[in-house]
Amino acid sequence: MPFDSDHTRRVAKLARLAIPESEIDAVGVELQRVLQLFEQLRDTAIVDVEPMAHPLGMALSLRDDVISEGDQRDTLLALAPETRDGLYIVPKVIE
Amino acid sequence: MTAATNGTISTDLNRSDSTLSDLPGSADWLDHGVRGCAEALAANAISTDELALAARERVAAAVGLNAFVALVDQASTATTTKTSAATPLTGVPYALKDNFCTQGIRTTCASRILDNFVPPYSATVVERLTNAGAILIGKTNLDEFAMGSSNENSFFGPVRNPWDLERVPGGSSGGSAAAVAAGCVPFAIGSDTGGSVRQPAAFCGVTGLKPTYGRVSRHGLVAFASSLDCPGVLARSAEDCARVLSVIAGHDVRDATSARRASEDFSAELDSPLTGVRIGVARAYFNSGVDQGIGATTHAALAEYEKLGALLVDIELPSAHLAIPAYYVIAPAEASSNLQRFDGVRYGHRCEHPRDLDDLYTRSRSEGFGVEVQRRILIGTFVLSAGYYDAYYRRAQQVRRLIANDFDAAFAKVDLIAGPTTPTTAFRIGEKSANPLAMYAADINTVAVNLAGLPAISIPAGFSDGLPVGLQLIAPAFAEARLLAAAHQFQIATDWHRHCPGSSDAR
Repeated sequence: MPFDSDHTRRVAKLARLAIPESEIDAVGVELQRVLQLFEQLRDTAIVDVEPMAHPLGMALSLRDDVISEGDQRDTLLALAPETRDGLYIVPKVIE
Repeated sequence: MTAATNGTISTDLNRSDSTLSDLPGSADWLDHGVRGCAEALAANAISTDELALAARERVAAAVGLNAFVALVDQASTATTTKTSAATPLTGVPYALKDNFCTQGIRTTCASRILDNFVPPYSATVVERLTNAGAILIGKTNLDEFAMGSSNENSFFGPVRNPWDLERVPGGSSGGSAAAVAAGCVPFAIGSDTGGSVRQPAAFCGVTGLKPTYGRVSRHGLVAFASSLDCPGVLARSAEDCARVLSVIAGHDVRDATSARRASEDFSAELDSPLTGVRIGVARAYFNSGVDQGIGATTHAALAEYEKLGALLVDIELPSAHLAIPAYYVIAPAEASSNLQRFDGVRYGHRCEHPRDLDDLYTRSRSEGFGVEVQRRILIGTFVLSAGYYDAYYRRAQQVRRLIANDFDAAFAKVDLIAGPTTPTTAFRIGEKSANPLAMYAADINTVAVNLAGLPAISIPAGFSDGLPVGLQLIAPAFAEARLLAAAHQFQIATDWHRHCPGSSDAR
């Protein structure tokens, strides 16, 4: 079934979460238990039911494409852990 | 702003042991609800500052509950009261769940990852309350990112239930519910994704309203599951909830999922009698997992409704048993997507000395998110991943449609649906925290409402072994006025909503 240790590592990688190697098996077992809860969904006979992504079937409204809140660069950069010259700083991507 | 301590439990919770006449005069008004406070302010029986001070004193006395993660100081509230025309909330103090953004005031979602986040803007709900003259007293504790049913999943530690300090207040709006139950504030704002307003309201013996999806703007409410999230109100009565809803409801251009409907005066129909109102009772909500005491109390409340002229009608909700699995696929799926934004680059926690970009993302997130949030991100990532999407996520969305169809069919025959809000009363701290499936089952009677996007309310209906029991009423979309009227009529005829923790009047 899905959550052997390789699969747990793969999902953790997709989720960008670091699970310590010593906890991989335990996390897999826990996820497997949650998945068992979902088996009821697969056991239910469903024919021609349109998936429902959103309640009430409302049309989503769009705003006019105009600037509403001008230049917020300094305000937004002030929230960042590390910035320089008006830019976000991350570890080097290309050597 | 001062962070509340989350250390030892204070034994100084004696406020609830004293009778109202023992309290200083100004604090009395806090026990008269939103309406009582507004009327006292309007009549100049008390000033805005005195009432705010009384609320802060109550918060300080109840610090052992750990209901607040931050107090908003007087100076910053003074600048927010700039309206001159009186509204039904002018000068009324309130508390705000700490997953609503407040400009200049730290907003944490009870997560380490947002421990240092000070939003540059306020949520629409906050803006509307501020414009109406309501006074923000503090930000309340919650399950991290609103994921939980006990308020134990908080970076700031668990909240205690004012009725029994060894028990949970429910979640995820546990701090908001406890703050109202302990009389710190006449109302508090929460958010309800799968029952997070109604379940803690039931556990703490207060009234909790979850409006129709889209009725209240989500702008500035930190996203958990965007197709389910809904701001809600916790207060002492349905009448008070109506007052607050009238202020916070209405279309908002900044939320694309906000319904194109103006707000209305939700107090206008409160006096509508229950005569001839058809209330659907579904067996599904009284299944084997429901405690005997809850079942008996709920049936007594339904009998009261019958006495008041309502007609009880048996209804079927054939897909009700699928609500929990469908919800626990859909909500984590949306959460895994929404929480991708926490990357250690733009705001929030960042790990020390990242080796490379991937290490920066991965370590910042793992250090910042708690166990339950990580679990849900993993579940959500899995059900959306290639090869599993159709089997889990698409399937859950189809079941979601079946659940919504059940409600549609029921509302062709009845005006409201009633049942117990929760299968048990407040459980003990630690009782379910090691077992996620047991915790998820606490939401069995509330999640279907979110999947269908309907409005619902939990009102105090009595006690079981000294702990509050909530009655849930569900209405068709946008029928909040009908819902609130039915709750208000019950509260005219009964006094369960007036019982306070510690006043030894629980039966």
